[in-house]
Amino acid sequence: MHDQLRLTIDGVNVTVPQGSTVKDAIEATNQSVPTLCWHENLEPANACRACVVELKGSRVLVASCSRAAEDGMEIQTTTERVLNSRKLVAELLMSTSNADLAFDLQHLAEITGANPGRFSGGATWERPLQDDNSLYVRDMAKCILCYRCVQACGEDAQNTFAISVAGRGFEAHIDAGFGRELPESDCVYCGNCVAVCPTGALIGKTEWNLRQEGRWNEEGLTRTDTICSYCGVGCALTLHVLDNRIVKVTSPADHPVTHGMLCVKGRYGYEFAQVEGE
Amino acid sequence: MPEVRRLLPESTCRSDPASPARFTERGWDRAMERALSMDPDEIIADVKASGIKGRGGAAFPTGVKWESVKKALGDMRYVVMNADESELGTFKDRALLQQDPLGALVGVLIAAHAVDAQKAYCYIRGEYRQAEGRLKDALGTLRQLGWVGPNGVDIEIRRGAGAYIAGEETALLNSIEGKRAEPRVKPPFPTNQGLWGRPTLIQNVETLANVAVLLAHDVNWFKEYGSSDTSGTKLIGLSGHVRRPGVYEVPFGYPLANLLNDSDLGGGVAGSQRLGAILIGGAAGTFLSSDEINDSVLDYASLARYGANIGSGALMVFDDTVDLRWVLRKLARFFSDESCGQCVPCRIGTRRVLELIEHGGLTTRQDDLRELSQAMRDASICGLGQTAPVALLSLLDRPDLIQG
Repeated sequence: MHDQLRLTIDGVNVTVPQGSTVKDAIEATNQSVPTLCWHENLEPANACRACVVELKGSRVLVASCSRAAEDGMEIQTTTERVLNSRKLVAELLMSTSNADLAFDLQHLAEITGANPGRFSGGATWERPLQDDNSLYVRDMAKCILCYRCVQACGEDAQNTFAISVAGRGFEAHIDAGFGRELPESDCVYCGNCVAVCPTGALIGKTEWNLRQEGRWNEEGLTRTDTICSYCGVGCALTLHVLDNRIVKVTSPADHPVTHGMLCVKGRYGYEFAQVEGE
Repeated sequence: MPEVRRLLPESTCRSDPASPARFTERGWDRAMERALSMDPDEIIADVKASGIKGRGGAAFPTGVKWESVKKALGDMRYVVMNADESELGTFKDRALLQQDPLGALVGVLIAAHAVDAQKAYCYIRGEYRQAEGRLKDALGTLRQLGWVGPNGVDIEIRRGAGAYIAGEETALLNSIEGKRAEPRVKPPFPTNQGLWGRPTLIQNVETLANVAVLLAHDVNWFKEYGSSDTSGTKLIGLSGHVRRPGVYEVPFGYPLANLLNDSDLGGGVAGSQRLGAILIGGAAGTFLSSDEINDSVLDYASLARYGANIGSGALMVFDDTVDLRWVLRKLARFFSDESCGQCVPCRIGTRRVLELIEHGGLTTRQDDLRELSQAMRDASICGLGQTAPVALLSLLDRPDLIQG
C-alpha cells in the first residue's frame, strides 16, 4: 500500500515505487529528462541544474535527478521558468567551455533553443592542455565541472580521492591536491574519471592521439565484450577496436561486477594483446 | 523613542562581558534554572508563543524548527550556533558576541535541552578573533559554573576560514565535518539530516540570544515590544551615509525613516544630507527609494510590498550623489568571488552578471540580465545564487534610482 507513490507529471498521473526520484517518475511517463552531471552509477552531484522542474508549492525549481519522489507531488516540466533555466544552463556552459565532444551539452542546447553565443565574450575556461602521462590527457578547457570525475575517484567507485574541486566561483576547478601535477598526485590511473567524463575533458591518450591525427572514426569502431584476464574478479571489458587495434577499453555500466568501473590493468593494460612477433 | 536594550546589555552594565558576575547581572541564572525546570515541550511551546523568527535572514519560525528537530529520529542530535556573519553591511552578531557572549551561549544550552541535543558547535567567522576570544572566555565561565561540560551539553567552537558561503547553513555543516563548504541540496533539511546525518538545530547568534532573554522573562514580557506580526526587537547594522553608523536594537514595526533620522539612532543622512537610497538586507538585498523608505516600517509584510526583506538586518545608506551602478558592480564582484562554484547558474551566472554590468549591460542588455537573473533565482542550489541577482533586479525595477 505504502510502497507506491502517486505523482502528477504535466497533468498525467503516474505511480512509482518508494525510493524513486522525480526524474524516475518523469521517465515513467515516457518523457526524457535532460542531464549533464547525473550518471547512473554515481550519487547525484546536483551541479548542472539541467534537470530542474517546477514542483507545486516549491519557491524554487527542484533538481529532478536527486529529489526524492513523494506521494501527491505535482510536477511541471515545460513551464517558462523550467525552459528558461535549462536554456540558460546550456548558454552559460557554452560560453565558458569547449563543447566539441560534449554531446549531452550539445543536445541540451539544441532542445532548449539556446543561443550559444549569447553570453560569450567574457571569461572562459580556456587553459593549456595537460599531457603529462601516457594513459590519459586532460583538456580542462572542455570541463563543465560536473563533479563526475571527483565522485568516481572518491567514494562512489575508486575511493582514491586523488582529485577534488578547489578554488571558488569561476575559479573553481578540478585539482589533484594542493595544485600538484597528476604524476605527483595520489592518482592510480584507474581511468574511472575518464570513463564518466561527459565532455572529453578527460580522454584516453590513444583516442586523443587518433583524434588529433584525424583518424578517429566512431562509425568504424567495433566493440567486443570479454572478461578481463588479469585477476579472478571477473570484470567485463568492452574492447573498442579500430583498424584491428584496441584503442579503448570500457566496461558496461550495467555490469554487476564493475558498474562500469575498472582498474588500471583492465582499462589500460591491453598493449600485450597486440604486440606482433617475438 | 530611545533604542531598546534587551539583546544588547544596558550601557550601565559594567561587569566583564564573559564573567560570572555578568551571568547573574543579565539574568541568565534565572533563564537556565527556569529552562531546566521546564519540560522540553513547554520550552518549545513558549518559543512558539513568543513568535521568535530566525534572525539570520530567513525569518523561519524558531519554535516550529525546534519541534521538527525534537521529533526527528536519530541516536544523536546537535545544536549549531551560526556565528559566521559575512553578509555585507552586517556586523550585529559581532557586536552581540563582544558585548554579551553569555546570552547566545545560554540560548544554545536552552535549545539543546529543548531538542535533546548532547553536543553543540559554535561556528564563528574566522576574522572575528576578538569575538571568538570573548566567546571562549564565556564558555570557560559556563564550564566553571557547571552549565557546560561532559555531564551535560558540551560546546565546541569552530572557526571558519574566510568563505562567505560557509555561512549558508548546510555549507556550514559540511565545513564542521571537515569538508569543502559547499551547500547541500534540501530536502533533507538539517532538522532531519544535519551534522553527520543526524537531526541538527542550526540558529543564528541573535536568534539564540532572543531565546535567552525570553527564558529569563516570559512570553508576555517578550511580546511587549514588536508589531502584531513580529514580536520582539531586531539588531540593525546601520552603515554608509548616516551620521551615527553602528548596531542598534529596535522593536519590529519601527519606521525605517526614524531608524535613519532619530537622534539616538542614525542621526540623519550624512554626505550631501539628501537621502538617495538604502540597500536593505545586505549584498543580497533590495534597493529602496526615499519614498519607499518613508512608507515602510521594519517588518516583513511592510517591506514585502516593495519586494524587500529585513534579511540579516543590514541597512546601507546612500546619499543622492552615489552612483548606484557603482554599488551594484561592487556587489556583483562580491558574489562572483564568493560563489562556491558548485552549480552552473551561480558559478557562471555571477561572473556574467559582473561582466555585463561592467560593460553597460544595465542599459543595453536588460532582457538578457533579467533572463539570467531568473534562472539564477530558480535553479541555483542555495540562497547565495538564488538571491545574488536580487539587488540587480531591484535597480532594474527602479530606473529612477540609476538615471543621471
